[in-house]
Amino acid sequence: MAFDYEKYLRPGKLPHIWCPGCGHGIILKGLLRAIDTCELDKDNTAIVSGIGCASRLPGYVDFNTLHTAHGRAAAFATGIKMAKPEMNVLVVGGDGDGVAIGGNHFIHACRRNIDMTYVICNNFIYGMTGGQFSPCTPTGDRASTTPYGNPDPVFDISKLAIGAGATFVARTTSFHATQIDKLIAEGIRHKGMAVIEVLDDCPTTYGRRNKFRSVVDMMKRFKELAVPVAKAATMAKEDLEGKIVTGILHREERPEYCEQYAEVVKRAQNL
Amino acid sequence: MAKKIALLQGNEACAYGALYAGCSFFGGYPITPSTEVAEIMAKELPKTDGKFIQMEDEIGAMASVLGASLTGAKALTASSGPGISLKQELIGYACIAEIPCVIVNVMRGGPSTGMPTGPSQSDIMQARWGTHGDHAAIAVAPASCQEIFTETVRAFNLAETYRMPVQILLDEINGHMRERIELPEPGDLEVVSRQEPPVSPDQYLPFDPSFGDVPPLAAFGSGYRYHVTGLNKAADGFPTTKAKLVDAEERRQLRKVEANRNDIEKNEEYLIDDAEIVIVAIGTISRSARHAVNELREQGVKAGLFRPITLWPFPERRIAELADQTKTIIVPEMNLGQMILEVERVTKGSCALHGIGRVDGEPISPSQIIDKVKEVC
Repeated sequence: MAFDYEKYLRPGKLPHIWCPGCGHGIILKGLLRAIDTCELDKDNTAIVSGIGCASRLPGYVDFNTLHTAHGRAAAFATGIKMAKPEMNVLVVGGDGDGVAIGGNHFIHACRRNIDMTYVICNNFIYGMTGGQFSPCTPTGDRASTTPYGNPDPVFDISKLAIGAGATFVARTTSFHATQIDKLIAEGIRHKGMAVIEVLDDCPTTYGRRNKFRSVVDMMKRFKELAVPVAKAATMAKEDLEGKIVTGILHREERPEYCEQYAEVVKRAQNL
Repeated sequence: MAKKIALLQGNEACAYGALYAGCSFFGGYPITPSTEVAEIMAKELPKTDGKFIQMEDEIGAMASVLGASLTGAKALTASSGPGISLKQELIGYACIAEIPCVIVNVMRGGPSTGMPTGPSQSDIMQARWGTHGDHAAIAVAPASCQEIFTETVRAFNLAETYRMPVQILLDEINGHMRERIELPEPGDLEVVSRQEPPVSPDQYLPFDPSFGDVPPLAAFGSGYRYHVTGLNKAADGFPTTKAKLVDAEERRQLRKVEANRNDIEKNEEYLIDDAEIVIVAIGTISRSARHAVNELREQGVKAGLFRPITLWPFPERRIAELADQTKTIIVPEMNLGQMILEVERVTKGSCALHGIGRVDGEPISPSQIIDKVKEVC
């Protein structure tokens, strides 16, 4: 039977604002399948975002939804989770929102290992503002603010998350639609900070400036470059150059932040 | 029964006032001279199942407060000049999304890092106009440690009643000064709780003007699912650019304070009835002014004190009346002329107006005020 996306969508708030060919719709559907798999209660789930194309996602879904200021989603989400740990807290946003202006909140949410699932839609660009380069724009690529090619080195979001202390980190692409929900569901089930990086296609402001003539070209590229993590483990470092390692990149058990704070409460109350 | 007496610093009184008001969440980032508020909250909140979190920066602290408030918690943050500047982005968010919260600003000089351990009253205008856009503002400016306690309770009540951020302005001297305080027993002071939606979840709109100028705010996780955004929005909380809706929402949010000035405004008047000279001062400097008034009266000068306790909205009607019945108004303040701009705006030249400004980290003394009175009268 076909999946009933409508039970999670807000009637009247569609169509979405995303451009034709944008990968955010694929991620939205993956997110909803993951929520369904994990049987999250709509009333007890908050979905938080910052600013940007991907950050418009909460407006379309029928949960407690919060569209915050640019880059601040993880910090708002931290307040929600801390004040009401029984809520399921998910964050959705783009690369610029998450690791440029929101970089500090992102790494510290990872460090705390607070129990939330952060889906980061990495389309290598600031889409909503019209295609300025982000920390994830490949070096040498064109953006509206790098007319002679991007001089900046690239942030590897997944490595950043692992380094900062996230206890579940996974990566996939918008081509691998069926993997998105599985990874997000694993992230939701994981107790602690889960980061799911989805490399995402933006045909309008990234693709057309960087020789991807069509969405299909971008998708093909994701397909060609993707290497499952198990296979990557058997490959030489030089063969992995430029490839996208997909799957669960990191998983560990470490005390979760709200549980740690519950211990503080016990000590304060001598329980 | 005798009242419980304590010797408390202003910052401590603020923290205990917040706890009295039912504050259950503090999100902060350390900054001098406000740190004691965070330190007390870190110690006390877990004892009552509340939550304290030290965030990675000032913006994150403000964000955590707003997130917590949306779950129904009474939430507090405390900071000082440079930190408040950083928080402005999300103070604006609290305004447009109408999220109750209390922000303590123990003012220090500036601009920028200024004098971290020095007293100041230089955020008077920042408290009103710090964030961008048109919005209402409520700020209180208590003078004594006792009043810091009671005004903190009132700040929470105002935040919850009007569904908006409320700022408490201290000035380092009263933040760090220790005074004898009578601690109110539960029930002595009014504590206002957030209004629950009177409708079922399927009928609930988070910004529905048919509820009046202050629509009730449902807590995340209580069965009322809705959308919150920092964009201009319609009654259902979803973004809109429809001119009529945006205009109506903006005006409603200003009106909820403007139309309720009688409830929000609070002033102290001392020897004002026959005063020929009125000193308008807030916070610690109002204590110098009170002292000056007493000395001037002993010398036969008819001086009086007008002290806004609610600084914003500014007590414009009462000050305009005073200007009509007095010859001279003097405004001493620990900045180079912020509050006097408001006094000038509302008195419209109907009496003589003189300011005393000081930004060297020293308070304005009673003798400095007396000297000024003698110089201009």
